[in-house]
Amino acid sequence: MSIDALSPLPLPADQPPDLLHRATSSPLPLPPIFNNDPAPPELITQGAEALLYRTTYLLPSMLCALKYRPSKPYRHPILDARLTKHRILSEARVLVKCRREGVAVPAVYALDEREGWLMIEWVEGEVVRIKLNEWLKRRKEVDAQAERPLLEDPALKDFLGRVGTAVGKMHGIGIVHGDLTSSNLMLRLKEEAVNPADEEESRNAVLKGEVVLIDFGLASQSTADEDRAVDLYVLERAFGSTHPSAEEAFAEVLAAYGKSFKGANIVLKKLEDVRMRGRKRSMLG
Amino acid sequence: MALLETIQLEHLPQCHKVHIALYRDVKNAAFLHDQLLAGNASFEYALIDASVIVSKIHALAAAYRAVNDMLSDRLRSRNVHSEIVFSLSPNNNIAESFRRFGITPSTTSLLLIKITTDPSLSASDIASHLTTSIEGEALPFTDESIENVTDLARVRKIYKLNAGGGAKGKGGKGGKGGVNNVTSRVDERKELEVAVLGAIALRGATN
Repeated sequence: MSIDALSPLPLPADQPPDLLHRATSSPLPLPPIFNNDPAPPELITQGAEALLYRTTYLLPSMLCALKYRPSKPYRHPILDARLTKHRILSEARVLVKCRREGVAVPAVYALDEREGWLMIEWVEGEVVRIKLNEWLKRRKEVDAQAERPLLEDPALKDFLGRVGTAVGKMHGIGIVHGDLTSSNLMLRLKEEAVNPADEEESRNAVLKGEVVLIDFGLASQSTADEDRAVDLYVLERAFGSTHPSAEEAFAEVLAAYGKSFKGANIVLKKLEDVRMRGRKRSMLG
Repeated sequence: MALLETIQLEHLPQCHKVHIALYRDVKNAAFLHDQLLAGNASFEYALIDASVIVSKIHALAAAYRAVNDMLSDRLRSRNVHSEIVFSLSPNNNIAESFRRFGITPSTTSLLLIKITTDPSLSASDIASHLTTSIEGEALPFTDESIENVTDLARVRKIYKLNAGGGAKGKGGKGGKGGVNNVTSRVDERKELEVAVLGAIALRGATN
């Protein structure tokens, strides 16, 4: 059901006048099923639309992420329920499709679209934004620039290539992310023996691990080059502002992207247009 | 002797217990099937053909979904036990789900799930009823024993997952050598489980 197809919304007569009350009560109550827990889910982060908790699924040993979209008291209740349902289901569908096609994303465990929650695999690791900044900082401290310029550092090039390949693989199966930033990319924790005495080796270990795409809350199924190019543009801009010293190295992401699926080069051409005009397409004419 | 395992699933109320038993070489599947058809109240179990189950988590996920749907008054079938069988299904056809996942007169590997909400019915009561009513060899409810009875081809067919599927990318890397083959087989099983969990979670999703 599309949002455009919404019929006029009658206000239910028995709607309790608790809207204001709900808006002020805190902390936000979780859906009833999570009130049975002796140890309640731990709040990890909060976005504009959803709250992210860490908890467990089925067994105490199975960690999971719980994404909860609380109802918005300022929205009409029927519209609110439809939007929540639509978003939970579309995120879950996209994740299932990605995973099935071999794109590294968290697995879908369970959901309840009426209550507004989605349980997915807990990815052990850290977001790329933090990892990359840590790596850049450590490299600066030892002044590795003296040996070779940043853009020629093989560890950085390899890492950026893996980012480009991951994004390309997702685009190749017909998914666009909608909010690609270095905070929505993770490096899956990889236990690996490193020699702590070797600064370069231990620094480069920071950029190791599988690149996992997360937060598909704004994702959609699309094969339009325009949508793909906007994804890349958003990532490029986010990258430039979060990691200014590595801005030029973004070309490595694009180079790997270009080789990642058939048609990727057309997207890179399109990206040049998008850069000229910005993310939003002109609505003139 | 029944090897009944009792599990408290995460997030379910403390009073909701999940009791699970696994059997192979079951001789009286036809009798058990008849008890279900007759609605015999002392056989209120989810009786599942274990050959279409890939792992512990797979079975527990179906139980979790059924209990969650029961708690919010959304059962689509007769009771929570039939709902567990239906919950395994990737689509909304209840009769088909019973044929595919439920016990049939020719079933030999059986997974049995019982949900209790009343503490007066104890695990040992259930175990003794199982011991007298099921003719088969009890197995511990572990991934290893489930793996030995899974019909992977049938699971892939039912959940419409073509062979290799999601594990293709990973398996490709693993390539040659005995150790790598073992890891890629474990990965493949893991990816199959993930695909199946996704299908269970999304069943019935419209819009």
